[in-house]
Amino acid sequence: MSNKAQKGDVLLDIKSLEIEGFSDEKWHEIIKGVDLTLRRGEVMGLIGESGAGKSTLGLAAMGYTQPGCRITGGSINFDGVNLAQMSDEQMRGYWGNRMTYVAQSAAASFNPAHRLIEQTTSSTIRFGIKEKAEAHKDAHVLYAALNLPDPTNIGDRYPHQVSGGQLQRVMTAMAMSPRPDLIIFDEPTTALDVTTQVEVLSSMRAIVEEFNTAAIYITHDLAVVAQMADVIKVLRYGEEVEEAATRQMLKSPKQDYTKSLWSVRALQKEEHTATDSIMSLRGIDAAYGTAKVLFDVDIDVPKGSTVAVVGESGSGKSTTARVITGLLPQSAGSVVFDGDALPERLADRTKEQKRRIQMIYQMADTAMNPRQTVRDIIGRPLEFYLGVRGKANTERVIELLEMIELNADFLERLPAELSGGQKQRICIARALAANPEFIICDEVTSALDQIVQEGILKLLLRLQSELGLTYMFITHDISTVKAIADQVVVMNEGRVVEQGSKTEVFQPPHPAYTELLLSSVPEMDPDWLTNLNAARNR
Amino acid sequence: MSEDIQTYSATAESGNVYERRSRWAKIKLAARKSPYTARFGITVILIYVLVALLAPLLAPYGEAQVFPAPYEPWSSTHFFGTDQIGRDIFSRMIYGARNTVGIAVATTLLSFLIGGSLGLAAAIDRRWIDQIFSRSVDVLMAIPSLIFALVLLSIFGSTVLNLIIIIAVLDATRVFRLTRSVAVNVVVMDYVEAAKLRGEGLGWVMRREILPNILPPLIAEFGLRFCFVFLTIAALSFLGVGIQPPTADWGSMVRENANLLQFAQYDLRAGLTPLLPAAAIALLTVAVNFVVDWFLHKTSGLRDEQ
Repeated sequence: MSNKAQKGDVLLDIKSLEIEGFSDEKWHEIIKGVDLTLRRGEVMGLIGESGAGKSTLGLAAMGYTQPGCRITGGSINFDGVNLAQMSDEQMRGYWGNRMTYVAQSAAASFNPAHRLIEQTTSSTIRFGIKEKAEAHKDAHVLYAALNLPDPTNIGDRYPHQVSGGQLQRVMTAMAMSPRPDLIIFDEPTTALDVTTQVEVLSSMRAIVEEFNTAAIYITHDLAVVAQMADVIKVLRYGEEVEEAATRQMLKSPKQDYTKSLWSVRALQKEEHTATDSIMSLRGIDAAYGTAKVLFDVDIDVPKGSTVAVVGESGSGKSTTARVITGLLPQSAGSVVFDGDALPERLADRTKEQKRRIQMIYQMADTAMNPRQTVRDIIGRPLEFYLGVRGKANTERVIELLEMIELNADFLERLPAELSGGQKQRICIARALAANPEFIICDEVTSALDQIVQEGILKLLLRLQSELGLTYMFITHDISTVKAIADQVVVMNEGRVVEQGSKTEVFQPPHPAYTELLLSSVPEMDPDWLTNLNAARNR
Repeated sequence: MSEDIQTYSATAESGNVYERRSRWAKIKLAARKSPYTARFGITVILIYVLVALLAPLLAPYGEAQVFPAPYEPWSSTHFFGTDQIGRDIFSRMIYGARNTVGIAVATTLLSFLIGGSLGLAAAIDRRWIDQIFSRSVDVLMAIPSLIFALVLLSIFGSTVLNLIIIIAVLDATRVFRLTRSVAVNVVVMDYVEAAKLRGEGLGWVMRREILPNILPPLIAEFGLRFCFVFLTIAALSFLGVGIQPPTADWGSMVRENANLLQFAQYDLRAGLTPLLPAAAIALLTVAVNFVVDWFLHKTSGLRDEQ
């Protein structure tokens, strides 16, 4: 560590960096000449859609390139040395010492066989920065600073013994332990629930401020970056779109692309009121084996409208969907669809009943068979339910592709040849092919970039007004709810906490849980987190 | 916010960098990058296949054609000499390719049909079907298969059909295990659930949703199992319960001419004669393994060192 370093000195200076990646027998440009300057104590937010090169750039800031990538031009000046020209052997003296990394999935990044504190302090001890006892004592201080419960003993646990949010904070402590000059945060809160995210963000921000560490924060969530960063850099197609101080960037973005990113969250659906319900759940109880997960769930879904089911992971939202589809027969209660009680088991339902209820999954990647072409994927329900074959089938598939704003060029593509948004569109088309009346959308936008999300939501809204579809929209993202829902159901621990029209639910007073959930959703205001923490501590 | 700043269009979204290639172009690309061991293996296998197919054209004499002189030495009329009752060994080697390889392929195919379909069914229905099949397989696997095959062959008789069925059933246990273990990873995918939700039957889910996704490990296993089946048949023939005379077969040819080995001190080439069918067996086994190794490496998703 350089002691004479002052806040505000340039720590990292990347000049016209070019990185190529090798795939499909060719080298492709990933980063096309990006400049980046980071000062000590400064947090820079890197945002952009997937494929924009933000992770590659973040790793390059540590002088690291993923396997199959190479630096072809430019320089990475870190505190006076050019990392681009150093060997991995030389870099090893820097990694885990002067620069550290916080990964997206903490659960996948910890070694399950070692205690947390050993992993927190291992690089600090290895580089001889601190003696073991001292390093452990320091880890306790860091755990406390990160608001972890029982900071002196939590380090003795193994990774599976703490929650996802806690693990993410332990990883931040690990990154902080050697007191690095630079930390790279690569989407550290993307996998967390909103209520957990708030806590993790607050403690990350506090600790970065306390130790005056420079950080690069990579994310696609603008509201999150607004809380964390001093400066925001927007990337697209491996090039810089623009860079500005956070407040200035939020207030007056210059480029059209940035403006379009900013506008995404403005999508709001006019509330639609309907009375006659097409789907009613009455007193549903359900269990996985002996573990009961749903308790007396009543939900009404009015015809032609959208009911959003919100809650954290483990709240029973997806289980409710499994009961409706018949994958998990309920132990009590009934599912009434269009006046008739549906048989509990999928196998007892008629083909017609199956056809009228379709489902769209969260991960479009795993929801499509990687060995089937788009034509097969969309064509199969047509053939299976409606008996449409041959030329008529192809024509209808093209019609459906046009409905989801794609075209006949996509017929012969395999899922691997599609982007994330296109995949989800194909899944929507597959559901539409069955001519359904009721579609369950299970977190359909949560794996997508914001612009793409907006496109999918608009598509779903358009299809609803054209085809009179009814949606049950499972999500944990409140801005998605605002964009698409008419009715809102809030679930927590297998029970319905609150249910009603969107305006009712979003209007105070709220039950305590709804209040917590709503207030935890980050807003595009750089002061939001500060204000929230002040309000909660009061 | 205004609409005019929207630059988004679904068709223009950048997907993965992926070049469309015809199947032929893919094969050519793979061949160009293949290691020399794999090229060697493929060449050997192709030669065996050609010899097996064209046996009647290539062989100078008939499969069971007997000449007056037994144990004839190597000569221009009898390339590798003649055997104990005066049949041309070179011709029998060529016919042996057809018989031994043909039966081994048929047996392996049958064992994959049995083991593969039961393994898929067990992976999809993890309750009683899985229990019944898996436990029966455990029982079968507990008995050493060569001894079990010997017992069964002596009960049912050594016809080619019995041979194929018995070895296929015994070998299917291993195919079952592999298929089941790779298929359970695919069964949990959302697209399988989607197919079930659609109401697709077991057959469709097995053939269309799961099978294409577990094919690479199965193809590799096919190569390895083929080697084992091939060796088992040769071993059984060597023991005298496999392919019966007068059908030419490499395993029994080793046994029939085994006593020529002791003449090696007088005529080296006579001593080599029983080793020729053994070498043919060994060469094919090595060749298939080379190809399987390459294929496994290719499908493992490991990047070649740049």
